Amino acid sequence: MPDWLIVRTFWDLTVTGLALGSIYALVALGYTLVYGVLRLINFAHSEIFMVGTFSALIASTQFLNIPMLEDGNYPYRTGGTLVLFLVFILFAAMFISGVGAVALERIAYRPLRGNGDAFGAIALAFLTSFVIGLIFVNETKANLIIACVGTAPISYSYLRFFKKGKKAPRLAFLISAIGASTAIAEAVGIWGPNRREQYQTPRILEKKVLFSALGTDVRIDYVIVIVGALLMMTALTLFVNKTKLGRGVRAVAQDAETARILGVNVDLIIVVTFALGGVMAGGAAMLFTMVYDQSRFNIGFILGVKSFTAAVLGGIGNLKGALLGGFMLGLVENYGSAVFGGQWKDVIAFVVLLVVLMVRPTGILGESLGRARV
Amino acid sequence: MSRLWELWKRLQSLSTDVQVRWKSMSRVQRLSGYVLAVLALYLAPWWPKIPGIGWLVNTPGTQFSTVLNDQVIIFVLVALGLNVVVGLAGLLDLGYVGFYAVGAYVVGVLTSQHASLPWLVVLPIAVVVSMLFGVILGTPTLRLRGDYLAIVTLGFGEIIRISAKNLDWLGASRGISDIGRPPSIGPLKFGVIDPKPYYWLGLTLVFLVVFCLHRLEESRVGRAWTAIREDEDAAELMGVNTFKFKLWAFAIGAAVGGLAGAHYAGKVGFISPDNFPLQLSILFLAAVVLGGSGNMYGAILGGIMVAWLPERFRNFTDKRVLVFGIALVLVMVFRPEGLLPRRVRTKSPMKSASGGQEVAQ
Repeated sequence: MPDWLIVRTFWDLTVTGLALGSIYALVALGYTLVYGVLRLINFAHSEIFMVGTFSALIASTQFLNIPMLEDGNYPYRTGGTLVLFLVFILFAAMFISGVGAVALERIAYRPLRGNGDAFGAIALAFLTSFVIGLIFVNETKANLIIACVGTAPISYSYLRFFKKGKKAPRLAFLISAIGASTAIAEAVGIWGPNRREQYQTPRILEKKVLFSALGTDVRIDYVIVIVGALLMMTALTLFVNKTKLGRGVRAVAQDAETARILGVNVDLIIVVTFALGGVMAGGAAMLFTMVYDQSRFNIGFILGVKSFTAAVLGGIGNLKGALLGGFMLGLVENYGSAVFGGQWKDVIAFVVLLVVLMVRPTGILGESLGRARV
Repeated sequence: MSRLWELWKRLQSLSTDVQVRWKSMSRVQRLSGYVLAVLALYLAPWWPKIPGIGWLVNTPGTQFSTVLNDQVIIFVLVALGLNVVVGLAGLLDLGYVGFYAVGAYVVGVLTSQHASLPWLVVLPIAVVVSMLFGVILGTPTLRLRGDYLAIVTLGFGEIIRISAKNLDWLGASRGISDIGRPPSIGPLKFGVIDPKPYYWLGLTLVFLVVFCLHRLEESRVGRAWTAIREDEDAAELMGVNTFKFKLWAFAIGAAVGGLAGAHYAGKVGFISPDNFPLQLSILFLAAVVLGGSGNMYGAILGGIMVAWLPERFRNFTDKRVLVFGIALVLVMVFRPEGLLPRRVRTKSPMKSASGGQEVAQ
């Protein structure tokens, strides 16, 4: 066999590719769920992931008081403490991401569907007066005061506007999503303590080699990521297939109007869908910080596009497809960057997306949440 | 707030009054009006010197004519081009910065990096190459539906940036410096210090583009675009070759983007991949959408706003992506047609074009 990089490191690449792929798969679930139910690409989903990584960071440094370094060494924990800490960080990230996804839906999407509510009106009014303040005043505190003062009257008029129930065209959803996505990332980049620089997350898991196979050392964090992702996906599939709410999700995905006539609370189902996607993204975020020990304000963008690629690759709207697509993309990307060089890694994902869309736009497994064949 | 709304309505009725009066003027009067307006635009670098209202437009921190050229002209040109794609044909292109970069890089490569042709010769080449890129990008992607198209174009924008960053042939991350400048004609000297000649050149380009796009919009091509935007399937059934016209929209949009990029490169003399980040695509989109997609004058207004506001109010120069990101959401929620909506003869197409949205009520 020739001594190519890809041949020498094939199994290494496979392991890291699968780990990366399971993170893609988890984020892809969010795209797939929302697409299945709303026929909308939730462009801002990537920022929900980013928020998740920051929640994991804050949970571990602020709530668990884990320092970055302990006596010049990583703050490793062992045994029960480690498991407890990891689970706590996981739930914190999942919770915040879930809440964030639901808030996003209320603010950026629901008003466009023509049934905006008080929460959306108040949040949008706050944002409006905040932005107006931002143009004229350059002091965060003063901005916040202006924003709070302006919220009341503006939200009143917004609520009156919402009463009209005006529905926006299809493209408007996507543009609104792009706006929200940019705004969330920029807000973190502007007001985060490190601004636009990279953040380190404390490394509490010692990355020991768990076992060796085929000449490759498999690290424990990779195993946790892959197993964790599989577990979360199984839980999600069970939820969608077995529970009442899950049945609602499938019903709305199939036919929203009929589901409404048959008594499904469509708005609730949409909230549940966004929450599920957010929770999965939060889980992915926690696993991501565990493996890569870092985060950044714009971390979501590239990862989001790749996860979307994974979702499309497997067949958007299809939960199993997200898993398959995630793994495939992770592997292809890793092998590809071994062949063409690491700097082309992102290009490979885009090219894969393009080829898939051209050759088989419905993905490998086909679109299927809509046909209740989850 | 409702007061403000009334004020807005009153302003609108005032503008209709002005329009009516304008229509009733004689031809000579109208012509002189046009000439005066054009003259005023060419004299724009001196606007801040006007007593009384000069401070309104003046930009603290940056020379006004620099802002006019480097920001306003560029954004207006780009908004005009993107408006063809997004506003007229209804194709959401998120990688528009890619064409802008192609235009700039063609000028960079042919005037400095690998050849030293004069800028004026390279300008048409840049436009043609950008157009070719539009066709290359469009041919495989334009069969996709709207939201898929958005993601794929986004990917293309990134591919172009990453390629520029990694290919030594394009100067890699060092970028390209000493880019050729437009030739000096008599007293018009295109140098480093005075941005005014560039502004005049840019303004001329804007007029040229506006003229061409206006002719195009009124032609068969423009009507085909409108048909595609309103209902692609219906257009196809009525015998419009949708793919061909979508490709045309893409190519023409790309050409204008390339023109803007070439103008930019000629002015600043140095480009690097960092000049073409994704955020720029979002700002371009914001310009078109805020101003009013589908209306050329709306796009121009949007371009001016996105470029000039952050310079006028220096507080938010570094927060402008945030501000315009939030503005995108707000505009989509409350006024999806933008500030200057396009004139429609029948019922508003923005309302009726909600095809497929019935899923999500």
